[in-house]
Amino acid sequence: MSLISYFRETKPSSAKLAKERLQVVIAHQRGERNSRYEFLPAMQREVLEVIRKYIPVDQEQVQVHLEQEGDYEVLELNVTLPDKP
Amino acid sequence: MTSGKGGVGKTTTSAAFATGLALRGHKTVVIDFDVGLRNLDLIMGCERRVVYDFINLVQGEANLNQTLIKDRRVEGLYILPASQTRDKDALTREGVGQVIDELKAADFEYIVCDSPAGIESGAQMAMYYADEAVVVTNPEVSSVRDSDRMLGIIASKSRRAEQGDEPVKEHLLITRYAPARVSDGDMLSVDDIVELVGIGLLGVIPESESVLQASNAGQPVILDEKDPAGQAYSDVVARFLGEQVPLRFVEAVPKGLLKRLFG
Ligand SMILES: Nc1ncnc2c1ncn2[C@@H]1O[C@H](COP(=O)(O)OP(=O)(O)OP(=O)(O)O)[C@@H](O)[C@H]1O
Ligand SMILES: [Mg+2]
Repeated sequence: MSLISYFRETKPSSAKLAKERLQVVIAHQRGERNSRYEFLPAMQREVLEVIRKYIPVDQEQVQVHLEQEGDYEVLELNVTLPDKP
Repeated sequence: MTSGKGGVGKTTTSAAFATGLALRGHKTVVIDFDVGLRNLDLIMGCERRVVYDFINLVQGEANLNQTLIKDRRVEGLYILPASQTRDKDALTREGVGQVIDELKAADFEYIVCDSPAGIESGAQMAMYYADEAVVVTNPEVSSVRDSDRMLGIIASKSRRAEQGDEPVKEHLLITRYAPARVSDGDMLSVDDIVELVGIGLLGVIPESESVLQASNAGQPVILDEKDPAGQAYSDVVARFLGEQVPLRFVEAVPKGLLKRLFG
């Protein structure tokens, strides 16, 4: 630190401020990222149960996909029906 | 080489990194994915030798031999230029995958993909087939935030993510670093950025005037062995290849006594 800035009022460094702001936005970003996908397995299980009330299907015959396309998201649900007896 | 944010040094890094790999004896090609905004050819100094481009190749209008430009300085270094005129939608995932398979079949050890800015189709195309990603980040708020965004996209949209393979290996590369500004408290430090972005650090490239001079001359900056940025890029390549190399150019050069007193 220089003699002059030593006597200047100490203000918080701008890098410190940058770091604090980034900690908040990045945590938020990561939260969004994760929560967006977090519910999918649970939803897949519930959907499977509902379908099974009517059709005998296995777990891998029900696929759930979330796709981001530009500004909107597409939730894709794919059910493979069993072969006809 | 990816970043989200534009203008952080992806093309500078792609050119230096590919050149460094070839200098160490690895057959390397560097592909410009910035369709419509070709720049890598200028940075590599081969702009007058472009005949066919990546899109001609993807669409089968030219073959690999016709399209690849062989570097005249470094053995085993090739450039695949982007198209200047075509629409970026001309790059299809299948087409790009075929070109990458062809390059592998032609014994290329490293395929360096210079991503366009943004997080949309062009950037996603550049990272889709990646085994490793270098996230180029400047010590500045919007670049750091965008790097984190890009990591989210790599983790969910790469082929490795889609197929449930082992995830893409991610590396942080901090460029345009100014140690003096860091010690003045005006710039995020290496430690701050590593902590925020949360991936392994591959290297730190200092801000350097030589980068502009190198681009003026069409010489990848890594060929400038006296320049700190060139040397830092050599270290990055060595580290990428598994060598233990300490960080350089991250401490501020001590000021003279007078400057320290009155600076
Ligand atoms: N270490 C450095 N020191 C000084 N200037 C640099 C450094 N790295 C890059 N630059 C400069 O920053 C500018 C942008 O670099 P570059 O074109 O490599 O970025 P980019 O990420 O590829 O940009 P785009 O997103 O537009 O493709 C150029 O003018 C380049 O000379
Ligand atoms: Mg670029």
